[in-house]
Amino acid sequence: MAKPSLAVNVAGIRMKNPVTTASGTFGFGSEYAPFVDLNRLGAIVVKGTTLLPRQGNPPPRIVETPAGILNAIGLQNPGVDHFIEVALPYLRQFDLPVIVNIAGDSVEDYAALAARLDEVPGVAGLEVNISCPNVKKGGLAFGADPDSAAAVVRAVKGATRLPVVVKLSPNVTSIVRLAEAVVEAGADALSMINTLLGMAIDIRRRRPVLANVMGGLSGPAIRPVAVRAVWQVYQALKVPIVGMGGIVTAEDALEFIMAGATAVAVGTANFINPRATMDIIDGIERFLVEEGVPDIQELIGAAHM
Amino acid sequence: MVADVPANIVQQEQVGPGQYRLTLYAPAIASYAVPGQFVYIRCADSLDPLLRRPLSIHGVNRKEGKLFLLYQVVGRGTALLAARRRGERLGVMGPLGRGFTLPEPGRRVILVGGGIGVAPLVFLGHELVQRKNQVCLLVGARSADQLPVGKKGYTVPFDHAVATDDGSCGHHGSVTDLLEKMLAGEGADMVYACGPRGMLRQTALLLVRYNVPGEFSLEERMCCGVGACLSCVCKTAGNGGKPFEYRRVCVEGPVFRTEQLVWD
Repeated sequence: MAKPSLAVNVAGIRMKNPVTTASGTFGFGSEYAPFVDLNRLGAIVVKGTTLLPRQGNPPPRIVETPAGILNAIGLQNPGVDHFIEVALPYLRQFDLPVIVNIAGDSVEDYAALAARLDEVPGVAGLEVNISCPNVKKGGLAFGADPDSAAAVVRAVKGATRLPVVVKLSPNVTSIVRLAEAVVEAGADALSMINTLLGMAIDIRRRRPVLANVMGGLSGPAIRPVAVRAVWQVYQALKVPIVGMGGIVTAEDALEFIMAGATAVAVGTANFINPRATMDIIDGIERFLVEEGVPDIQELIGAAHM
Repeated sequence: MVADVPANIVQQEQVGPGQYRLTLYAPAIASYAVPGQFVYIRCADSLDPLLRRPLSIHGVNRKEGKLFLLYQVVGRGTALLAARRRGERLGVMGPLGRGFTLPEPGRRVILVGGGIGVAPLVFLGHELVQRKNQVCLLVGARSADQLPVGKKGYTVPFDHAVATDDGSCGHHGSVTDLLEKMLAGEGADMVYACGPRGMLRQTALLLVRYNVPGEFSLEERMCCGVGACLSCVCKTAGNGGKPFEYRRVCVEGPVFRTEQLVWD
């Protein structure tokens, strides 16, 4: 069999394979350059970026839980100007679509970020973070309510020509309802899921482990929840989905693709295996060869009847 | 050069209650490692516990490509590590982090280690002696049996003194008592410390009082080990008018200077 095609297109973002990185787990790419060939990634989604630099939450910011991690980083980042001046020029050396994850405290923040990044060469798309559970303002405050979520998406769409991917939270009664609202507001694609809100208690100290009390759960522990979310939204809507949540292996990634994801993002797995993205790309290709599938696109949503 | 390699276990020895010395064959890491750096170890292949464990480098034998680690079993990850045997392979990333700054030859240097925190200081001590510095290692532990080094069966080839909380070996009291006595006496040009936070804070206070420069190796819960995830931050003095800044222990540390750290 000829080499199978791994290329996918997420709302105009052309990826040479379906594998990208989950925001916040891969920094701005340079951190992983000793381990991975950034040219081989389908795309990179960079650390959540805000208008102004942010300090983030006090430590401890993480705690390990069964097959997972709770984190409460709190969007520590150097701000959008630093991203544009320092991180982006580095990434532009590579043949790699750059998707910028944006987060704000208000609808205006999101719009201003979208407008700022719209003018910048080298940005392939935006991922709108309305689902971070670890910040007091913004984040999940927008992502848990369909009307607020739609308002953010409309404002972003009005401020940019870039493809807009909206990152959804699983911490809602109906993720389909949220997906419908943001797609109606103009979202070009969806990414799901962000972390699940959780907490852990240190029983010796009789206190929450995280300084922020609550945090977002990620890792293999949440994978079935994420696969379900992708499945439901794929069934309800015709919109490209970037699936994520506990993907460690190519087999995990293929589950998401068959549930309906056009692309997948690798997050927590990078912490265990810095080459996880590369191993997953290789594994997907091997699977296609083994199964005699010439094009990955044949498998998108393949598990649906 | 940082690498992620499968490393063979050459030796796993118990050196105290819950304390182990692990020898790995990892020439790619051993050849670049400097004192104060750490490696990030996959203790088992399973996904639970999920994360790697950061362990400071206790020593290297560059000629033989060997890496020495000294660790204490504190949870499930290190318990799994302690169960691994000679001939097995571990995923090891490293060397990671910024190591200690080495002084000019001929300086008088004190190393202050609390418990298993002594691990990187032994590597540092060897390097300092080789560079013709005068080294004294102070080791503190709860009791004689908890002493990781500086005891019968595991001594170090430079000056050292011991303090135990229960007085079962050496000075009866804190290792910082020994440090204070030395600073008040013959003094020091440089102090390096690693250990529990309370001990480090006390050390920092003494260094400020006696106006001696110092460096501290810190520990934090860690995720990526390469500076990407911002999990392992510690509070440091701020620049440009900021009251403080969070810095990543994995890449901006684990070693920080006295004046960089904020102890609250």
